[in-house]
Amino acid sequence: MTRLNPKYIPLLATALVLLAVFSTGSLLYPNFGTPRVIVNLLNDSAFVGVAAVGESFVILSGGIDLSVGSMVAFVGILVAKLLQVGWDPFLAMGIALCVGTAAGVVMGGLIHYFELPPFLVTLAGLFCLRGLGFVIYPESIGIDHPFYGQVLPQLSILVAPKAVLPFTAMCFLGSVIVGTFVASFTRFGRNVYAIGSNENSARLMGLPIGRTKITAYALAAFFSALGGIVATFYMQSGNPASFAGLELDAIAAVVIGGTLLTGGVGFIPGTLMGVLILGLIQQIIIFNGTLNSWWTKIVIGALLLVFIVLQKLISGGGDQES
Amino acid sequence: MIDWVSDLLFWIVFGSILFLLRGQRIFWSVGALGLLLLFNQFFTPGFFHIQILDGHLYGSRIDVLNQGAKVMLLSLGMVLVIATGGVDLSVGAVMAIAAAVSSRLLVTEHQSAGAAIAAALVISTLAGAWNGVLVAGFGIQPIVATLVLMVAGRGVAQLITEGQIINFLDPTMVYLGNGHLFALPFTLTLVLVTLGLAFFLVRRTALGLFIESVGDNDEASRYSGINAKQVKFLVYTFSGFCAGLAGLVACSNIKSADANNIGLYLELDAILAVVVGGTSLQGGRFYLIGAVVGGLFIQTLTTTLYARNVSSDISPVPKALAIIAVCLFQSESFRTRLSHVVRPFGRILKPLGSRPPQKSITATHDSPKP
Repeated sequence: MTRLNPKYIPLLATALVLLAVFSTGSLLYPNFGTPRVIVNLLNDSAFVGVAAVGESFVILSGGIDLSVGSMVAFVGILVAKLLQVGWDPFLAMGIALCVGTAAGVVMGGLIHYFELPPFLVTLAGLFCLRGLGFVIYPESIGIDHPFYGQVLPQLSILVAPKAVLPFTAMCFLGSVIVGTFVASFTRFGRNVYAIGSNENSARLMGLPIGRTKITAYALAAFFSALGGIVATFYMQSGNPASFAGLELDAIAAVVIGGTLLTGGVGFIPGTLMGVLILGLIQQIIIFNGTLNSWWTKIVIGALLLVFIVLQKLISGGGDQES
Repeated sequence: MIDWVSDLLFWIVFGSILFLLRGQRIFWSVGALGLLLLFNQFFTPGFFHIQILDGHLYGSRIDVLNQGAKVMLLSLGMVLVIATGGVDLSVGAVMAIAAAVSSRLLVTEHQSAGAAIAAALVISTLAGAWNGVLVAGFGIQPIVATLVLMVAGRGVAQLITEGQIINFLDPTMVYLGNGHLFALPFTLTLVLVTLGLAFFLVRRTALGLFIESVGDNDEASRYSGINAKQVKFLVYTFSGFCAGLAGLVACSNIKSADANNIGLYLELDAILAVVVGGTSLQGGRFYLIGAVVGGLFIQTLTTTLYARNVSSDISPVPKALAIIAVCLFQSESFRTRLSHVVRPFGRILKPLGSRPPQKSITATHDSPKP
């Protein structure tokens, strides 16, 4: 009989929590389980989800990226400003993705070459990008480009009666698929896992530590920038003051998704489930109507705690076996 | 004319302090603060102006002392946590909880200011103890363990204030953040007393040695009979207490408790203050007074930017560049590279660079994971 590999236990736990949260919602509220609500859920959590996919890579490599929220806001205002001065939307988005990825390369480079703690470097990234967003334009800019007004709504698919899968949700699911492929089926992905498990062993095995780490941060920044673009689709505007604290949601989603914060263990589909759990909790609180929004933070905090203790127990158990 | 004399006196005192500190680690932090002040002396008009109103001193430098109290208080707790090789991300949220508890008791429950302050300090100490239990008891990685309270804490604070911003006018509570003692802001006394308490605990008892030992090598200190868990528990609890004090000062400053915004991002300032103060994020050797000087440095930077009309939205950028610059100068590999590139710097950079190599040996021992 094949024994369940311990590395799948957090993933299984996440799936169970997702199921539990979803069925609680469906039992409490008759319209909760309809395709329309699910599509809305995907739409609402699209930009967090895209950013969380990138965050997963950094956390898998044993680091952390705190600049996510600022990056989303920065890219949002950059795209909105470029469109306002009459740029082509694709060119604007391309530039935004390049700038974002470049910021990731710089952060990764500082972390690798000068052995600075990831926590501090990405913290500086958080401050820097937030400030630069305000340099571009200090207030919210609405986007009224025809691409946003007319083309985007046509890019949605009718998946069920009264349920239209919007383009933002497709970006989210697409990112998850690409992320899963990169993490599980490429040499880069395997290197990320190896470095996250034990950097010294990875170095002794001759894996390219620097290249992998920097690529991981660049990838995270790329996905955060993509998240920023998705956020402009969702909000139809860019605002340099928005999305403060988004990095915490992204990290929470990754951890609740079963990825070990020490790195080396975890799966991108877990992150998808983590994002959905956060979204569902928010939906339930909205459906309830009498619960206040701060309960979201408390429930997310409690879930984080449960998963962290669970991971500790699992990894502690593995310790005794070896 | 008087200004000119007082400036000269200030610089003579500052220069002598710097001279006395030569060769010590803290010299660099005080020097950085001095450079920033020197810049202000020449390029920020009015920064050095000090006047006396109603027997109290007023001026930009006094503002720095008063506004910097929060970060200085936080960094006193944070420096001990970082010394054990950990980090406490929850201090901002704990500040919000302390503010919420005190103002709720004061306004909604009509309790006395003394009871409100005591309750806030007890609750925030308990919050710190909770972190301590997670880190020491369950052995959870500090960033992760304190992340829980960082996320949930603000929710709890909003729960306590029921989502309202509570305003208060109680004289005792208002005095905490706005009062004056000996012509100087009362917050300065608060910082000095806490610094004295921390200094007594870690330098007059063996606790400081234990903390450095745990931060340098957890396992080794356990084998040599140090109760590493107890030490870790204590520093997180103390950090909670300091955060509580800072939270009281913060809500007193604005005479209201806003659970959403009190202490927001202040955990980052506190960590930065500790790093500027010369304590390595990897733990081990720590510098209490360095952390306070680091807090002053950050507040001076913030006040300088405000005094020069830099919008508060853009001010994070120079702060971020300062973080990177300070970290780079502490980074071993950057120093070696720089000393190779610029020969004259080699001599200045060498003495500091010659110390930490033993850290890299412990680092390779620490790393294996299950």
